[in-house]
Amino acid sequence: MNVNNLLDVNDLEIVFSRRGRRDVRAVDKVSFSVAPGETVGLVGESGCGKSVTSLAIMGLLPKRGVRLGGSISFDGTELIGLPQDKLRRMRGRDLAMVFQDPMTSLNPVIPIGTQVTEVLVRHRGLSGDAARKEAADLLARVGIPDPARRLKEYPHQLSGGMRQRALIAMALAAKPRLLIADEPTTALDVTIQAQILELLKELVRESGTALIMITHDLGVVAGMCDSVHVMYSGRIVERAGRRELFGHPRHPYTGGLLASIPRLDQPRGERLEPIQGSPRDMLAWAEGCAFAPRCRNRVEECVGTPPALGPDRLRPEHELRCYNPLGGSND
Amino acid sequence: MSLGAAEAAITVAEEQGGGLWREAVKRLSRNPAAIIGAVLIALFVFVAIFADWLAPYTAMAPDLSQIEGPGHVPGPSAEHWLGLDDNGRDLLSRIILGARQSLLVGVVSLLFGMAGGIILGLLAGGLGGWVDSTVMRLVDMMLAIPGLLFAIGIAAMLGQGMTAVMIAIGVVNIPVFARLLRGQMLAQREADYALAAKSLGVKRSRIILGHVFPNSLTPVIVQGTLTLATAIIEAAGLAFLGLSGEDPSIPEWGRMLAESQRHLANAPQLVIAPGVAIVLAALGFTLLGEALREALDPKYRR
Amino acid sequence: MLRFIVRRLLVLVPVLLGLSIALFAWVRALPGSPAQALLGERATQAQIDLINRQMGLDEPIYVQYFRFLGKIVQFDFGTSVQTNQPVLDEMIRRFPATFELGVTALLLAVVVGVPLGYFAARRGGTWLDSATITGSLVGITIPVFFLAYMLKYVFAVKLGWFPNTGRQEARMLNVEHPTGFYVLDGLVTGNMAAFWDAILHLVLPAVALATIPLAIIARITRAAVLDVLNEDYVRTAESKGLTAGVVTRRHVLRNALLPVTTVVGLQFGLLMSGAILTETVFAFPGVGKFVADAIPTRDYPSIQGFILVIATLFVLINLVVDVAYGLIDPRVRVK
Repeated sequence: MNVNNLLDVNDLEIVFSRRGRRDVRAVDKVSFSVAPGETVGLVGESGCGKSVTSLAIMGLLPKRGVRLGGSISFDGTELIGLPQDKLRRMRGRDLAMVFQDPMTSLNPVIPIGTQVTEVLVRHRGLSGDAARKEAADLLARVGIPDPARRLKEYPHQLSGGMRQRALIAMALAAKPRLLIADEPTTALDVTIQAQILELLKELVRESGTALIMITHDLGVVAGMCDSVHVMYSGRIVERAGRRELFGHPRHPYTGGLLASIPRLDQPRGERLEPIQGSPRDMLAWAEGCAFAPRCRNRVEECVGTPPALGPDRLRPEHELRCYNPLGGSND
Repeated sequence: MSLGAAEAAITVAEEQGGGLWREAVKRLSRNPAAIIGAVLIALFVFVAIFADWLAPYTAMAPDLSQIEGPGHVPGPSAEHWLGLDDNGRDLLSRIILGARQSLLVGVVSLLFGMAGGIILGLLAGGLGGWVDSTVMRLVDMMLAIPGLLFAIGIAAMLGQGMTAVMIAIGVVNIPVFARLLRGQMLAQREADYALAAKSLGVKRSRIILGHVFPNSLTPVIVQGTLTLATAIIEAAGLAFLGLSGEDPSIPEWGRMLAESQRHLANAPQLVIAPGVAIVLAALGFTLLGEALREALDPKYRR
Repeated sequence: MLRFIVRRLLVLVPVLLGLSIALFAWVRALPGSPAQALLGERATQAQIDLINRQMGLDEPIYVQYFRFLGKIVQFDFGTSVQTNQPVLDEMIRRFPATFELGVTALLLAVVVGVPLGYFAARRGGTWLDSATITGSLVGITIPVFFLAYMLKYVFAVKLGWFPNTGRQEARMLNVEHPTGFYVLDGLVTGNMAAFWDAILHLVLPAVALATIPLAIIARITRAAVLDVLNEDYVRTAESKGLTAGVVTRRHVLRNALLPVTTVVGLQFGLLMSGAILTETVFAFPGVGKFVADAIPTRDYPSIQGFILVIATLFVLINLVVDVAYGLIDPRVRVK
């Protein structure tokens, strides 16, 4: 754990329990860090625990039915167990989040302007005309045309892309040091996706904000992130810097994700290679590697003791959780 | 839609329909409110059917041995568990016999209202177009008059007596069911399986009657249970207002309540007993109906 | 917005016309001849003949209908059999009492029901939540008149905390009533004794009348709040670090209260029905009791007048509710 890190997540555990049903371990001892200004990618399929992790960092998980273990340390402050009022003061001001669906993430009965100014009022002490002016500036900076008029409009009067821009403006309004973006473009048209991602890249670079990019799309990660963590079934299975990961994927899951993306330079007629099976075909970690049922590189050890996350002996820039990685084994 | 996909859609819809009920029954059996409701209903129906055997005395014969003077209303005693009413008749027996009336009125008016409502709803939802508009205008009109007032109007028109009350309450409930069924049918007509059937070339009338209609009935049944409760209460209300005729040989809870008003101070049990009976009977159906609605709600599927 | 109102008003016309036709048919369907219906059973043949000529019963039906319609539009509802006064006058005279009762009951239902529903939703799974659900189920199921009697028995007869009938004590007969709303009158004339007396008389009937609307409002509020609490935009608001107060007021309540407002507006019908029964139990001299008395006396003109007025009011109130909803929900507005 580096004391200079902005965010340190250590052995985070998130367990959901419901009356009459078995506990679900959504996140199982996940650790990662984010340095100031760094862009980190958290990649995985739906259900792998990446969204839940981000909610835990923001303190947005419900209190009932959820058990948190481990530690989430933001700039030296432990977030797990922090009392609500302290958490509220940090949210928006120090760490902020942009969610997946811009349609439902905005209050339908209040003008957009108010939804921006309320952050300014709360965290930057602005009010009245000063707040409105700043809100208009923020909307302009995220690329919304004619922002003064938009302030009075309602969410349903804006397009999907504009709504997401507005949400980004709200998240960045109080100049947080960490921004978490949970699948911010998944609900948008493909053409708009690229615009929004470019916008995010620009904004965080300008302001020096650290960014956690949560996505299932490796393409998104390739364009933006300094370092990437791949998650499967609640655990991190591989992590490396961007070039290292894309150049030399080691975990069969990562390899599978990369191989399943159709590429322009693929020879015609060549078959696409999906990862066989579905996320439901996963073992409990207690019985071995969770990915084993779907893994092409499966060997005998894989269904015994689950592999631990550790430095990759073959490629020192990598951390890996695998007995038989792509490109040769560890010893 | 391809043939295979169409057939698959229909099969899935049919299986889901049956499965929904089975799951609902399972969920109901675990719901305490539903169980209480079911017990109350069973009790009510049992008493109503076997009233003649259960009642210790008849509805009419006064037991003059108990009465000490004019205006004396004897309270509970060993021979008469609830005491006597102001005409010297055994209160408990009258309550028990009154159950039969209430159940009868409730069920008949419900069936009447449901039948009328289903017919109208079927026409509106099935045929659409101007039929739908006309029927819905009619329904709006009927819904514009508050329930009790409407019932009063109809009962007054039909003369007095329990039959009038039954018809009146039935008519008042027709628009409720009509609107409910129509709404359901309109939604179901756009469902995948309906479109699938249409693309397979199934005749429209068969789609409507054979698929859309049965699948729309679930909320109607739930509403029916709840309406049975309100029918019992409304019947009591109408009787209270004097619209149910004067036949003293057939005890009716609402009328018993009305007739006992003046004894509220000295013999409150004359008012409490029929009132509690009405509440329990209606409560049974309400609890079960609400539990049924929750149990059948597909949103609750785990 | 104006177009919206006009469009809704236009829909209103066929409904009201239909109602008038229905009522017209109703009068003719009543037991006995229409003349008897309007005059009562003790009418003499001469009176009947006069009415027959006046009502034009010898004329074709559609003419009769138009006469009927003409009268209705001029608010001529005939004469009450009970009192021999014009029905309209009788209704106007008693209306303030029922209005006062109804408004008090509705206020009670909202002021208690909304917070109850809100807190039951917030504290899901606790005793408050279960109690609210059960309570509202029972509240909907109790017949109003039974509840009225129980209240009367416990609080008026046994405990003597409240008077058990009427709107004011007999000894207050000389008190002035400039507005006809007794509570207001007491304030306006500065007569605190009268003011207090009016309130005391209102309490029990208002509580009885308020019970069913309260139960309904509590349930709807609870359901609405639960729905809203699960919405994404509440999560967004929380993620912004806004204070709990702001989140609750601006994000949760602003949205949850939308369906609640509609429901509140629709309680009018329930309040009218309930008033008929409640006023009877408490001998409260309002329109409700008047109608209840009209039944045994076969005062059909009064019943007809009441139905017409209430139905029209109901339809108008629905329109007002729709328009009001359009004002508070911006999604509906921009049409």
